[in-house]
Amino acid sequence: MSKFQARLRAGVLALGALAFLFPFYYMVIGSLQASPDPTVSGAFPNPANLTIQNYIAINERISLLTGLVNSGIFTAGVLIGTLTFALLAGYSLAQLQWRGRGTVFALALLVQVVPFQLLMIPLYVLIARDYGLGDTHLGMILPFAINSTAVIIFRQYFLQLPKELFEAARIDGAGELALLWRIALPLVRPAFITVVLLTFIGPWNEFLWPFLITKDAALQPLAVSLANYITTVAASASNPFGATLAGAVVLAAPVVTLFILTQRYFISTDIGSGVKG
Amino acid sequence: MSVTNAVPTPTGSAPPSPPPASAPRRGTKKLQRLGRNPIGIVFSAPYLAFVMLVFAYPLAYSIWIAFHDFFFTAPGVQVERPFVGLENFITAFSDPAVIRSFGNIGIFLLINVPLTVVLSLLLATALNKVTRARTFLRVSYYVPYVTASVAVVAVWIFLFNGNGLVNQVLGPLAPDPSWLINSTWAMPTIAFFVTWKQLGFYILLYLAALQGVPKELYESASTDGAGAVRSFFSVTVPGVRPATVLVLLVSTVTGANLFTEPYLLTNGGGPNGASASPVFLMYQLGLQQGQPDVASAIGVVLVVLVLGIALLQNRFAGGRD
Repeated sequence: MSKFQARLRAGVLALGALAFLFPFYYMVIGSLQASPDPTVSGAFPNPANLTIQNYIAINERISLLTGLVNSGIFTAGVLIGTLTFALLAGYSLAQLQWRGRGTVFALALLVQVVPFQLLMIPLYVLIARDYGLGDTHLGMILPFAINSTAVIIFRQYFLQLPKELFEAARIDGAGELALLWRIALPLVRPAFITVVLLTFIGPWNEFLWPFLITKDAALQPLAVSLANYITTVAASASNPFGATLAGAVVLAAPVVTLFILTQRYFISTDIGSGVKG
Repeated sequence: MSVTNAVPTPTGSAPPSPPPASAPRRGTKKLQRLGRNPIGIVFSAPYLAFVMLVFAYPLAYSIWIAFHDFFFTAPGVQVERPFVGLENFITAFSDPAVIRSFGNIGIFLLINVPLTVVLSLLLATALNKVTRARTFLRVSYYVPYVTASVAVVAVWIFLFNGNGLVNQVLGPLAPDPSWLINSTWAMPTIAFFVTWKQLGFYILLYLAALQGVPKELYESASTDGAGAVRSFFSVTVPGVRPATVLVLLVSTVTGANLFTEPYLLTNGGGPNGASASPVFLMYQLGLQQGQPDVASAIGVVLVVLVLGIALLQNRFAGGRD
């Protein structure tokens, strides 16, 4: 490997990192500007033009706290559903032998390629109209309640555990739930964290479904209320960019923080193996 | 837990098929037909129920809706919904806006999919070889992927605005009207946005695939005198082919699902429908204008087209393995 190629590679990677990070930097800068400054010098912080007024302004139009709480309930519901039932399904797909196991695994793979656009209308008819779950947290959570990617990741991890371990414990008379809780779970902690992160970003960032199902502003997750602000209210605000970007920072911050804290578990091989099946 | 206790655990690692030597109790035989650990069915049942309720049934329902005269009613009201054959499809595709939205998504996929494959493979290859600042680089590449579209869309509107930073830098080269309100540039700008937003995920997939390419292949390639470029095309590209098939499939399916970006970036598929996507029209026709049957027809056609594209991709990129 020549020195030139190594330099070229470093240059490409640095340019890539800049392209990926700059919009985030700009989001924060823009959210702190008293008056929007789209010029090149506006990309650098200017003490004379700094304010937190935008955060107050957006909070007056859409309650950030309500949005965060709704996003939190939506996300927590999906996390609880996934961590309970995807874990059970993943374990039984990897370590237990029962009839229909292959079919259930095939379904979990198939679900990944079923596009949501085809399900959008019937799910809306069923959940909002037939079950009357429009404008409820349950209706929001239901279509996402068990993340199929998580089932596959758990299965992949449990497959790596030696079967003899479980056979031995079974002979000792341990029940299957006890096996799962005391032996399997502690051994797959990295998978657990990967699944938490991967499942968290789904509902927290989801826009289309909660947008369809919630008309009541008091129940909307932050992604939906911020989007409504962008499309309707922003035009009448004094500094629409600053306020919108302030909302964007509040929406992005929890996920980015969680990601940075857990990024060492978010390594390629885990998720790659999960997605590859 | 009583179920497990009722089943005698077969000894050691014996295959499940041969019947136990001693005469088994009657119930046991029945349970054995369900496999060695029938409790697995109980463990998977909630997930199976979920898939049936949220995927299988709506999928079938959606196809049913597309072929019937379907309209919203108050819950519990019984109305007749006659079979109308292809009428919904004809209504949908005599609307020039629908035809245009399919053209738009075609433009989107033609830009987004190849760009995604090339950039993610190049960046993953470079990232795989680098040792310094690896964590920093990885985090910065994945951050757009983990962040909400709604949040980053806000920055892009600011950046690509008429007098936004991008146009300030470009000066006289900036398109007029600006990117997102320019009927030529609106869809390509959305395609660039989505490529940027999703790239981290595909880099992740390629990084995983690169771990599986045997190191010996690179060694023997360099013994044979291959340079970095040559070994990239002769070793890396064929080595990660299964991942490429997956990237093609996932980016096509995600791309065909496009909704949030035209809704927010171009204010509902503007200018004049130049960036409207089929899913956006499904929302408009189905839920805003109360024609769920026509919207379902669009959905069915869209999915059939996507599956067709996926099969072609698999045929030409997948090889025979």
